[in-house]
Amino acid sequence: MASLTLKINNKNYTVDADPKMPLLWVIRDIVGLTGTKYGCGIAQCGACTIHLDGAPMRSCSLPVSAVAGKNITTIEGLSDDNSHPVQQAWITEQVPQCGYCQSGQIMAATALLKKTPMPTDKDIDTAMQGHICRCGTYPRIRKAIKTASTLMTQKASN
Amino acid sequence: MSTLSRRNFIKLSSLTGAALTLGFYSHGKETSILKMDTAGNLGVDLNAWISIDTSGKVTITNHRAEMGQGSFQSVPQIIAEELEVDLNSVNIVFAQGNSAKYGSQITGGSSTIRGTYKKLLNLSATAREMLIEAAANKWKVPHGECYAENGHVIHKPSGKKFHYGELVQEASKLTPPKHVKLKLPEEYKIIRKPIPRQDTPSKTNGKAIFGMDKRLPGMLYAVVERNPRFQGKVKSFDDTETKKVPGVKYVIPVKTSVFATFREGVAVVADSLWAAMQGRKVLKVEWDDTGFEHLNTEQLYTRMNESLKSPGLSIRTQGNAKGIFDKSDNKLEAVYETPYESHSCMEPVNCTAHYHDDMVEIWGPIQGPDWVQDFLSPLLNLPKEKIVVNMTFLGGGFGRKAFMDYPHEAAIISKEIKAPVQVVWTREDDTTQGPFRPGMVYGCKGSLSKEGSITSYALRTAGQNMDHQWLNANKEAYNNSGSEGFLETYFRSIPNYDFSDSPLDVPIPVMWWRSVYASTNAFAMESFMDELAAKAGKDPLEFRRQHLHDERYQALANKLEEVSGWKNRKKNEGYGVAITECFSTIVGEVVKVSKKSDGKIKIDKVWAVMDCGWYVNPDIIRAQVEGSIVMGLGAAVTHATHFNDGKAVEQNFNTYKMPRIIDTPEIEVHIMDNEEKAGGVGEPSLPPFAPALTNAIFDLTGKRVRKLPFSLDAV
Repeated sequence: MASLTLKINNKNYTVDADPKMPLLWVIRDIVGLTGTKYGCGIAQCGACTIHLDGAPMRSCSLPVSAVAGKNITTIEGLSDDNSHPVQQAWITEQVPQCGYCQSGQIMAATALLKKTPMPTDKDIDTAMQGHICRCGTYPRIRKAIKTASTLMTQKASN
Repeated sequence: MSTLSRRNFIKLSSLTGAALTLGFYSHGKETSILKMDTAGNLGVDLNAWISIDTSGKVTITNHRAEMGQGSFQSVPQIIAEELEVDLNSVNIVFAQGNSAKYGSQITGGSSTIRGTYKKLLNLSATAREMLIEAAANKWKVPHGECYAENGHVIHKPSGKKFHYGELVQEASKLTPPKHVKLKLPEEYKIIRKPIPRQDTPSKTNGKAIFGMDKRLPGMLYAVVERNPRFQGKVKSFDDTETKKVPGVKYVIPVKTSVFATFREGVAVVADSLWAAMQGRKVLKVEWDDTGFEHLNTEQLYTRMNESLKSPGLSIRTQGNAKGIFDKSDNKLEAVYETPYESHSCMEPVNCTAHYHDDMVEIWGPIQGPDWVQDFLSPLLNLPKEKIVVNMTFLGGGFGRKAFMDYPHEAAIISKEIKAPVQVVWTREDDTTQGPFRPGMVYGCKGSLSKEGSITSYALRTAGQNMDHQWLNANKEAYNNSGSEGFLETYFRSIPNYDFSDSPLDVPIPVMWWRSVYASTNAFAMESFMDELAAKAGKDPLEFRRQHLHDERYQALANKLEEVSGWKNRKKNEGYGVAITECFSTIVGEVVKVSKKSDGKIKIDKVWAVMDCGWYVNPDIIRAQVEGSIVMGLGAAVTHATHFNDGKAVEQNFNTYKMPRIIDTPEIEVHIMDNEEKAGGVGEPSLPPFAPALTNAIFDLTGKRVRKLPFSLDAV
């Protein structure tokens, strides 16, 4: 066990954990933020995606010892009130069905739009292909990313 | 989201003393609408669908699971329409398991809306009429001069208004009217509208609580090492190393009921899920795998193929299909195969239980809370009311979470360790332990007249019958879903048909998978229909239309032809069609394929036309159709479960390859507008996809695909 300080959503948490414990379980079971989901444990489905210093990462395969001191953002850190353009777009396009994979999808989409503000279909497919949705919301994810792109462009020009 | 129990409802009613709470009371075949206080006086158990308190707040109880299909939105949408309230002013709560109160709560068979909508419309209209009556009494004006709108009753001549909350006291003294007038569809303001789902915001900010998100004070976590061959026993286990893992508290054998057999395993319970997983890794278990077959996929399919040659159990027949076929000189035979599949919900199977004081409380992603009560009552030797089942949001269900093995497992572990526990199945557990969609083999025979009409049609299904798994099941009983997927109109237009079944008896647990047997039957039915069309030298859509002896089916075929541009299809484009019917809904799909520059097949577009009769929310329907097509795509081209030496081979998403965004074509959905009886929405669009795709590939390449899954790259 080791005592580690984690910076999650701009807040510091001191946790006692096995240094090998994946960040996913620290976030969910020790810190208590359950929006980040377990899907496969082997970085195949993307349900556990968080941002590490702004880049999308699979928290199920990231030992907690490797992330101390870095900026971690989870779905709860995007906004308190669903005001983030990607969340807005997800609501406008009515993306979620069961909703379980959507935290990861939204975190990936947010990272994509930061890097590529006006993504093409191909950009979207490439950035999002690591994420599985069993409900099959993919057509709406495509639409929502474009809607979010428009919302962000409008926001930037205002 | 809090759960309002019946006890709380009564408390709520008695506290405010004036809430109008209406629900159903079922006695024999009759159902009446009763008020809560009347029910209390009569001593009968009342379901509580609607409660309006003195502040005007409306609380609606959703008796079905929300697993993505939208019952959380569509049930309240029905109620708000006839109750004349704003949907946003309505508080929705999940019901606990109680079939005496709610009737069947199983979320399966695409039944949530079609099973209850008429009752819900009546109940809501009854509450509305009582509120109008109360207002008319207060104003001393005729009932007919008043109407309800947006949570108010309005006196038309004077414009006077009462908020519903001001009327509940008066209304609660009235007797519910026996007959109420329901709105005509053209009067709908909420039904038929694509109103955004109320659960969406909580599913975009991480706040929605799924089964795995449940937390209880003092809760421990467990994972279970289960026998990979389903029916094996624990011979012995060595937990020396496991107990050295920090955080591990208990290592105990568990035995859960799976149909007529038992699944044995060893549970590792710890203060964190991660610790439990680490403890499991170093656990040594020796299994006793005697007394049942250790099969592999090849053996299973050889056996099913062989069984096509023996006489089967008769499912449904008309005329003399065999006689006509034998004598015909214009006939065709084909065999089709579909794979075993894992449900692979994104939220793996899990359940939280707290056994205490001779009762057990359960929380989890559960499709049938009342089924869990029925199942666990004899196993735990507890009366049903001592089994409290709470539904969380489900991270997918698709049939898997209608099975009750995992609540059983959680309950017995909690009982043993005397603490609340959350049992989590790892992705590997979820993918390898089943129950699976059964793999199937189909034998089809058909003959044609000179004019190219079907004169005889025979379909033999070979595969596991889910009903045969229960204790003392009659294994001579035919698969009553063996003709599921076939159009009702074909039973009238095909003079001689014969549906029969060769059940396969093997120790692999099987269970409903989205659209159940229709998900596989349809591949055989609609592929063979296409083969018959080709044999008759006819256009595949025209050939089907020729056998659609009903306006409703004709209208759907015409719509499909129109929206897909069927008649104007170009060279180098393959178009395939399939039309199926299940859960009282008809769906037609056209798939368009072409060849990429490297010669490989690519799916360009899917058009779907659904006729589900009366419906609630067109956007939820579109979402369900899109999702069903993507899931059907997975079962057609990306994944399958194989067995080797009695164990499932595919363990996680690296080998059980799910369809991804990059595999997903454009999907265009159309809904037929009519007032036929409501049909299911969550499942019926899955079955036609695979045959429409393989029929399109035939159209483009002349190659028939008769076995799923297949690789688009290898055609």
